Amino acid sequence: MSDARTGHAPPDSGEGLSGFVADWSSDQRAFKRVSWGKAMMWILLLSDTFIFGVFLVAYMTARSSTPEAWPNASEVFSLHIGDTNLPLLLIAIMTFVLISSSGTMAMAVNSAYRKARRPTALLMLATALLGATFVGMQAFEWTKLISEGVRPWGNPWGAEQFGASFFMITGFHGTHVSIGVIFLLLVAWKVWRGEFDQDRRTWLCSGKGDYEAVEILGLYWHFVDLVWVFIFAFFYLW
Amino acid sequence: MTQTSMTDQHAAARPASAHAEGQQHPIKLYLLVWGLLFVLSAASYMVDYAGFQGLLRWGLILAFMMLKAGLIIAVFMHMAWERLALSYAILLPPLAVLVLVAIMAVESDYTVLTRQSEFATQ
Repeated sequence: MSDARTGHAPPDSGEGLSGFVADWSSDQRAFKRVSWGKAMMWILLLSDTFIFGVFLVAYMTARSSTPEAWPNASEVFSLHIGDTNLPLLLIAIMTFVLISSSGTMAMAVNSAYRKARRPTALLMLATALLGATFVGMQAFEWTKLISEGVRPWGNPWGAEQFGASFFMITGFHGTHVSIGVIFLLLVAWKVWRGEFDQDRRTWLCSGKGDYEAVEILGLYWHFVDLVWVFIFAFFYLW
Repeated sequence: MTQTSMTDQHAAARPASAHAEGQQHPIKLYLLVWGLLFVLSAASYMVDYAGFQGLLRWGLILAFMMLKAGLIIAVFMHMAWERLALSYAILLPPLAVLVLVAIMAVESDYTVLTRQSEFATQ
Protein backbone atom coordinates (compact mmCIF):
# COMPACT_ATOMS: atom_id res chain seq x y z
CA MET A 1 0.00 0.00 0.00
CA SER A 2 2.70 2.45 1.05
CA ASP A 3 4.62 1.63 -2.13
CA ALA A 4 1.79 2.79 -4.34
CA ARG A 5 1.65 6.03 -2.40
CA THR A 6 5.37 6.80 -2.44
CA GLY A 7 5.89 5.55 -5.99
CA HIS A 8 8.56 3.05 -4.98
CA ALA A 9 9.12 -0.31 -6.66
CA PRO A 10 6.39 -2.83 -5.76
CA PRO A 11 7.02 -5.17 -2.82
CA ASP A 12 9.34 -7.98 -3.85
CA SER A 13 7.65 -10.70 -1.84
CA GLY A 14 4.85 -11.36 -4.34
CA GLU A 15 2.61 -12.07 -1.36
CA GLY A 16 -1.06 -11.24 -1.23
CA LEU A 17 -3.32 -9.77 -3.85
CA SER A 18 -1.27 -6.55 -4.06
CA GLY A 19 1.87 -8.59 -4.80
CA PHE A 20 0.02 -10.49 -7.54
CA VAL A 21 -1.20 -7.26 -9.11
CA ALA A 22 2.26 -5.68 -8.78
CA ASP A 23 3.94 -8.64 -10.54
CA TRP A 24 1.45 -8.67 -13.41
CA SER A 25 1.54 -4.91 -13.93
CA SER A 26 5.33 -4.66 -13.75
CA ASP A 27 7.75 -4.08 -16.60
CA GLN A 28 9.65 -6.81 -18.45
CA ARG A 29 8.57 -9.93 -16.58
CA ALA A 30 5.48 -11.04 -14.72
CA PHE A 31 6.93 -14.32 -13.46
CA LYS A 32 9.71 -13.04 -11.22
CA ARG A 33 12.30 -15.46 -9.86
CA VAL A 34 11.13 -18.07 -12.33
CA SER A 35 13.36 -18.76 -15.32
CA TRP A 36 11.77 -18.59 -18.77
CA GLY A 37 12.26 -22.34 -19.18
CA LYS A 38 10.29 -23.12 -16.06
CA ALA A 39 7.56 -20.60 -16.91
CA MET A 40 7.22 -22.08 -20.40
CA MET A 41 6.98 -25.61 -19.00
CA TRP A 42 4.18 -24.45 -16.70
CA ILE A 43 2.36 -22.90 -19.67
CA LEU A 44 2.80 -26.12 -21.67
CA LEU A 45 1.36 -28.05 -18.73
CA LEU A 46 -1.55 -25.60 -18.52
CA SER A 47 -2.39 -26.25 -22.18
CA ASP A 48 -2.02 -30.00 -21.57
CA THR A 49 -4.43 -29.65 -18.65
CA PHE A 50 -7.04 -28.42 -21.10
CA ILE A 51 -6.35 -31.30 -23.49
CA PHE A 52 -6.81 -33.94 -20.81
CA GLY A 53 -9.66 -31.95 -19.26
CA VAL A 54 -11.52 -31.93 -22.57
CA PHE A 55 -10.87 -35.67 -23.06
CA LEU A 56 -12.36 -36.40 -19.66
CA VAL A 57 -15.35 -34.14 -20.37
CA ALA A 58 -15.86 -35.95 -23.69
CA TYR A 59 -15.79 -39.24 -21.79
CA MET A 60 -18.32 -37.89 -19.29
CA THR A 61 -20.59 -36.74 -22.14
CA ALA A 62 -20.37 -40.10 -23.95
CA ARG A 63 -21.01 -42.05 -20.77
CA SER A 64 -23.96 -39.98 -19.54
CA SER A 65 -25.61 -39.61 -22.95
CA THR A 66 -25.85 -43.31 -23.79
CA PRO A 67 -28.94 -45.28 -22.78
CA GLU A 68 -26.84 -48.48 -22.75
CA ALA A 69 -25.16 -49.68 -19.56
CA TRP A 70 -21.53 -48.62 -19.22
CA PRO A 71 -19.14 -51.60 -18.81
CA ASN A 72 -18.20 -52.15 -15.16
CA ALA A 73 -14.55 -51.09 -14.94
CA SER A 74 -14.11 -53.07 -11.74
CA GLU A 75 -14.85 -56.29 -13.67
CA VAL A 76 -13.35 -55.31 -17.03
CA PHE A 77 -9.96 -54.51 -15.50
CA SER A 78 -9.85 -57.42 -13.03
CA LEU A 79 -7.12 -60.03 -13.06
CA HIS A 80 -7.57 -63.75 -12.47
CA ILE A 81 -4.84 -65.02 -10.18
CA GLY A 82 -5.24 -68.65 -9.20
CA ASP A 83 -8.92 -69.04 -8.45
CA THR A 84 -9.58 -65.53 -7.21
CA ASN A 85 -10.70 -62.57 -9.28
CA LEU A 86 -8.99 -59.39 -8.10
CA PRO A 87 -10.71 -56.21 -9.29
CA LEU A 88 -8.52 -53.47 -10.76
CA LEU A 89 -5.34 -55.18 -9.54
CA LEU A 90 -3.20 -54.24 -12.54
CA ILE A 91 -4.43 -50.63 -12.41
CA ALA A 92 -3.62 -50.43 -8.70
CA ILE A 93 -0.08 -51.70 -9.33
CA MET A 94 0.32 -49.21 -12.20
CA THR A 95 -0.79 -46.42 -9.87
CA PHE A 96 1.77 -47.37 -7.25
CA VAL A 97 4.52 -47.67 -9.88
CA LEU A 98 3.74 -44.18 -11.19
CA ILE A 99 3.61 -42.65 -7.70
CA SER A 100 6.95 -44.27 -6.88
CA SER A 101 8.41 -42.79 -10.05
CA SER A 102 7.15 -39.37 -8.93
CA GLY A 103 8.87 -39.95 -5.58
CA THR A 104 12.21 -40.82 -7.17
CA MET A 105 11.84 -37.81 -9.49
CA ALA A 106 11.28 -35.50 -6.51
CA MET A 107 14.46 -36.91 -4.96
CA ALA A 108 16.31 -36.40 -8.26
CA VAL A 109 15.24 -32.73 -8.33
CA ASN A 110 16.37 -32.39 -4.71
CA SER A 111 19.78 -33.88 -5.61
CA ALA A 112 19.98 -31.55 -8.60
CA TYR A 113 19.57 -28.51 -6.31
CA ARG A 114 22.56 -29.78 -4.35
CA LYS A 115 24.35 -30.33 -7.71
CA ALA A 116 25.02 -33.94 -6.70
CA ARG A 117 25.81 -35.38 -10.13
CA ARG A 118 25.68 -39.15 -9.54
CA PRO A 119 22.58 -39.32 -7.28
CA THR A 120 20.72 -37.06 -9.73
CA ALA A 121 21.54 -39.26 -12.72
CA LEU A 122 20.79 -42.51 -10.88
CA LEU A 123 17.49 -41.27 -9.47
CA MET A 124 16.44 -40.09 -12.93
CA LEU A 125 17.37 -43.49 -14.32
CA ALA A 126 15.22 -45.14 -11.62
CA THR A 127 12.35 -42.81 -12.58
CA ALA A 128 12.74 -43.74 -16.25
CA LEU A 129 12.74 -47.46 -15.41
CA LEU A 130 9.56 -47.12 -13.34
CA GLY A 131 7.99 -45.10 -16.17
CA ALA A 132 8.95 -47.78 -18.70
CA THR A 133 7.43 -50.40 -16.38
CA PHE A 134 4.20 -48.40 -16.34
CA VAL A 135 4.10 -48.22 -20.15
CA GLY A 136 4.83 -51.95 -20.34
CA MET A 137 1.91 -52.74 -18.03
CA GLN A 138 -0.32 -50.46 -20.07
CA ALA A 139 0.70 -52.32 -23.23
CA PHE A 140 -0.24 -55.58 -21.45
CA GLU A 141 -3.61 -54.09 -20.49
CA TRP A 142 -4.31 -52.95 -24.06
CA THR A 143 -3.36 -56.39 -25.41
CA LYS A 144 -5.65 -58.10 -22.90
CA LEU A 145 -8.61 -55.86 -23.72
CA ILE A 146 -8.11 -56.07 -27.48
CA SER A 147 -7.95 -59.88 -27.27
CA GLU A 148 -11.23 -59.81 -25.32
CA GLY A 149 -12.85 -57.94 -28.18
CA VAL A 150 -12.71 -54.29 -27.12
CA ARG A 151 -12.65 -51.97 -30.14
CA PRO A 152 -13.15 -48.21 -30.46
CA TRP A 153 -16.57 -48.97 -31.96
CA GLY A 154 -17.74 -51.75 -29.65
CA ASN A 155 -17.12 -54.23 -26.86
CA PRO A 156 -18.79 -57.36 -25.45
CA TRP A 157 -20.11 -55.71 -22.26
CA GLY A 158 -22.16 -52.63 -23.03
CA ALA A 159 -21.99 -49.06 -24.32
CA GLU A 160 -19.95 -48.86 -27.51
CA GLN A 161 -18.25 -45.61 -26.57
CA PHE A 162 -16.29 -47.39 -23.82
CA GLY A 163 -13.54 -48.55 -26.17
CA ALA A 164 -13.09 -45.17 -27.86
CA SER A 165 -12.87 -43.36 -24.51
CA PHE A 166 -10.46 -45.93 -23.08
CA PHE A 167 -8.05 -46.00 -26.03
CA MET A 168 -8.12 -42.22 -26.44
CA ILE A 169 -7.51 -41.29 -22.80
CA THR A 170 -5.05 -44.00 -21.76
CA GLY A 171 -3.33 -43.84 -25.14
CA PHE A 172 -2.71 -40.13 -24.86
CA HIS A 173 -1.51 -40.51 -21.29
CA GLY A 174 0.75 -43.43 -22.23
CA THR A 175 2.24 -41.31 -25.02
CA HIS A 176 3.04 -38.62 -22.46
CA VAL A 177 4.72 -41.17 -20.19
CA SER A 178 6.75 -42.54 -23.13
CA ILE A 179 7.94 -39.06 -24.13
CA GLY A 180 8.86 -38.45 -20.48
CA VAL A 181 10.89 -41.67 -20.33
CA ILE A 182 12.82 -40.68 -23.47
CA PHE A 183 13.63 -37.22 -22.07
CA LEU A 184 14.51 -38.66 -18.65
CA LEU A 185 17.06 -41.01 -20.22
CA LEU A 186 18.45 -38.16 -22.33
CA VAL A 187 18.88 -35.74 -19.44
CA ALA A 188 20.10 -38.48 -17.06
CA TRP A 189 22.79 -39.37 -19.62
CA LYS A 190 23.85 -35.72 -19.88
CA VAL A 191 23.95 -35.35 -16.10
CA TRP A 192 25.97 -38.56 -15.78
CA ARG A 193 28.50 -37.36 -18.34
CA GLY A 194 28.89 -34.15 -16.38
CA GLU A 195 27.61 -31.87 -19.14
CA PHE A 196 25.86 -29.66 -16.59
CA ASP A 197 29.12 -29.16 -14.70
CA GLN A 198 31.01 -27.74 -17.67
CA ASP A 199 31.32 -24.05 -18.28
CA ARG A 200 29.66 -24.35 -21.65
CA ARG A 201 26.28 -23.26 -22.92
CA THR A 202 24.04 -25.93 -24.43
CA TRP A 203 20.32 -26.14 -25.20
CA LEU A 204 19.66 -27.62 -21.77
CA CYS A 205 22.22 -25.81 -19.70
CA SER A 206 23.22 -22.16 -19.41
CA GLY A 207 26.60 -22.84 -17.84
CA LYS A 208 28.49 -24.50 -15.03
CA GLY A 209 26.26 -26.04 -12.36
CA ASP A 210 22.96 -25.18 -14.07
CA TYR A 211 20.84 -28.22 -13.19
CA GLU A 212 17.51 -26.53 -13.85
CA ALA A 213 16.71 -28.86 -16.75
CA VAL A 214 16.19 -31.59 -14.12
CA GLU A 215 13.65 -29.49 -12.24
CA ILE A 216 11.78 -28.54 -15.44
CA LEU A 217 11.65 -32.18 -16.53
CA GLY A 218 10.47 -32.98 -13.00
CA LEU A 219 7.49 -30.66 -13.49
CA TYR A 220 6.53 -32.56 -16.64
CA TRP A 221 6.91 -35.92 -14.92
CA HIS A 222 4.84 -34.95 -11.88
CA PHE A 223 2.17 -33.64 -14.25
CA VAL A 224 1.98 -37.05 -15.93
CA ASP A 225 1.42 -38.56 -12.47
CA LEU A 226 -1.17 -35.86 -11.75
CA VAL A 227 -3.15 -36.68 -14.90
CA TRP A 228 -3.15 -40.35 -13.89
CA VAL A 229 -4.75 -39.39 -10.55
CA PHE A 230 -7.72 -37.99 -12.46
CA ILE A 231 -7.88 -40.87 -14.97
CA PHE A 232 -7.73 -43.38 -12.10
CA ALA A 233 -10.59 -41.65 -10.30
CA PHE A 234 -12.87 -40.93 -13.24
CA PHE A 235 -12.26 -43.77 -15.65
CA TYR A 236 -11.36 -46.73 -13.45
CA LEU A 237 -13.13 -46.07 -10.15
CA TRP A 238 -16.23 -44.11 -11.17
CA MET B 1 18.92 9.40 6.20
CA THR B 2 17.08 8.26 3.08
CA GLN B 3 20.40 7.02 1.71
CA THR B 4 20.95 4.59 4.57
CA SER B 5 17.40 3.30 4.49
CA MET B 6 17.76 2.64 0.76
CA THR B 7 20.91 0.60 1.23
CA ASP B 8 19.27 -1.25 4.11
CA GLN B 9 16.46 -2.20 1.80
CA HIS B 10 18.88 -3.51 -0.81
CA ALA B 11 20.83 -5.46 1.77
CA ALA B 12 17.62 -7.03 2.99
CA ALA B 13 16.52 -7.89 -0.55
CA ARG B 14 19.81 -9.52 -1.55
CA PRO B 15 19.74 -12.81 0.35
CA ALA B 16 16.25 -13.49 -0.96
CA SER B 17 17.30 -13.09 -4.58
CA ALA B 18 20.60 -14.91 -4.11
CA HIS B 19 18.89 -18.31 -4.23
CA ALA B 20 16.39 -16.80 -6.64
CA GLU B 21 15.57 -19.51 -9.17
CA GLY B 22 16.07 -22.65 -7.11
CA GLN B 23 14.49 -24.22 -4.08
CA GLN B 24 15.76 -26.42 -1.26
CA HIS B 25 13.39 -28.47 0.82
CA PRO B 26 14.16 -31.24 3.29
CA ILE B 27 14.05 -34.77 1.88
CA LYS B 28 11.85 -35.72 4.82
CA LEU B 29 9.03 -33.64 3.31
CA TYR B 30 9.23 -35.48 -0.02
CA LEU B 31 9.23 -38.85 1.74
CA LEU B 32 6.21 -37.82 3.80
CA VAL B 33 4.27 -36.79 0.67
CA TRP B 34 5.36 -39.96 -1.09
CA GLY B 35 3.99 -42.01 1.81
CA LEU B 36 0.75 -40.01 1.90
CA LEU B 37 0.21 -40.55 -1.83
CA PHE B 38 0.63 -44.30 -1.29
CA VAL B 39 -1.88 -44.29 1.56
CA LEU B 40 -4.40 -42.17 -0.39
CA SER B 41 -4.08 -44.40 -3.49
CA ALA B 42 -4.59 -47.50 -1.36
CA ALA B 43 -7.61 -45.84 0.23
CA SER B 44 -9.21 -44.97 -3.12
CA TYR B 45 -8.55 -48.53 -4.31
CA MET B 46 -10.25 -49.82 -1.15
CA VAL B 47 -13.34 -47.76 -2.03
CA ASP B 48 -13.76 -49.96 -5.10
CA TYR B 49 -12.69 -53.17 -3.32
CA ALA B 50 -15.13 -52.62 -0.45
CA GLY B 51 -17.89 -52.00 -2.99
CA PHE B 52 -19.14 -48.70 -1.58
CA GLN B 53 -21.98 -47.27 -3.65
CA GLY B 54 -23.82 -44.02 -4.13
CA LEU B 55 -22.89 -40.73 -2.60
CA LEU B 56 -20.31 -42.26 -0.25
CA ARG B 57 -18.43 -43.76 -3.20
CA TRP B 58 -18.36 -40.60 -5.35
CA GLY B 59 -17.53 -38.44 -2.32
CA LEU B 60 -14.60 -40.59 -1.22
CA ILE B 61 -13.22 -40.96 -4.77
CA LEU B 62 -13.34 -37.19 -5.32
CA ALA B 63 -11.89 -36.40 -1.88
CA PHE B 64 -8.93 -38.77 -2.29
CA MET B 65 -8.39 -37.50 -5.86
CA MET B 66 -8.31 -33.84 -4.80
CA LEU B 67 -5.98 -34.59 -1.88
CA LYS B 68 -3.55 -36.49 -4.13
CA ALA B 69 -3.65 -33.80 -6.82
CA GLY B 70 -3.11 -31.09 -4.21
CA LEU B 71 -0.10 -32.83 -2.68
CA ILE B 72 1.53 -33.43 -6.06
CA ILE B 73 1.03 -29.83 -7.24
CA ALA B 74 1.88 -28.14 -3.92
CA VAL B 75 4.93 -30.15 -2.85
CA PHE B 76 6.31 -32.21 -5.75
CA MET B 77 5.79 -29.40 -8.27
CA HIS B 78 6.73 -26.73 -5.68
CA MET B 79 3.62 -24.64 -6.35
CA ALA B 80 3.29 -23.92 -2.62
CA TRP B 81 6.51 -21.87 -2.76
CA GLU B 82 5.92 -20.07 -6.06
CA ARG B 83 4.79 -16.45 -6.24
CA LEU B 84 1.07 -15.84 -6.58
CA ALA B 85 1.60 -14.34 -10.06
CA LEU B 86 2.57 -17.81 -11.33
CA SER B 87 0.20 -19.83 -9.12
CA TYR B 88 -2.88 -17.88 -10.20
CA ALA B 89 -1.84 -17.93 -13.89
CA ILE B 90 -1.61 -21.74 -13.81
CA LEU B 91 -4.27 -22.76 -11.29
CA LEU B 92 -7.18 -20.45 -12.15
CA PRO B 93 -7.65 -21.04 -15.94
CA PRO B 94 -8.42 -24.79 -15.53
CA LEU B 95 -11.53 -23.76 -13.57
CA ALA B 96 -13.01 -22.90 -16.99
CA VAL B 97 -13.15 -26.66 -17.60
CA LEU B 98 -15.75 -26.85 -14.82
CA VAL B 99 -17.99 -24.58 -16.90
CA LEU B 100 -17.63 -27.01 -19.81
CA VAL B 101 -18.46 -29.88 -17.45
CA ALA B 102 -21.67 -28.10 -16.44
CA ILE B 103 -22.65 -27.35 -20.05
CA MET B 104 -21.97 -30.90 -21.22
CA ALA B 105 -23.79 -32.41 -18.24
CA VAL B 106 -26.93 -30.53 -19.24
CA GLU B 107 -26.40 -31.35 -22.92
CA SER B 108 -25.82 -35.09 -22.38
CA ASP B 109 -28.85 -35.24 -20.12
CA TYR B 110 -30.92 -33.87 -23.00
CA THR B 111 -29.27 -36.29 -25.46
CA VAL B 112 -30.00 -39.37 -23.36
CA LEU B 113 -33.63 -38.30 -22.92
CA THR B 114 -33.97 -37.85 -26.69
CA ARG B 115 -32.34 -41.23 -27.35
CA GLN B 116 -34.60 -42.97 -24.87
CA SER B 117 -37.75 -41.49 -26.31
CA GLU B 118 -36.80 -41.80 -30.00
CA PHE B 119 -34.22 -44.56 -30.57
CA ALA B 120 -33.84 -47.02 -27.70
CA THR B 121 -36.58 -49.34 -28.84
CA GLN B 122 -35.35 -52.82 -27.90
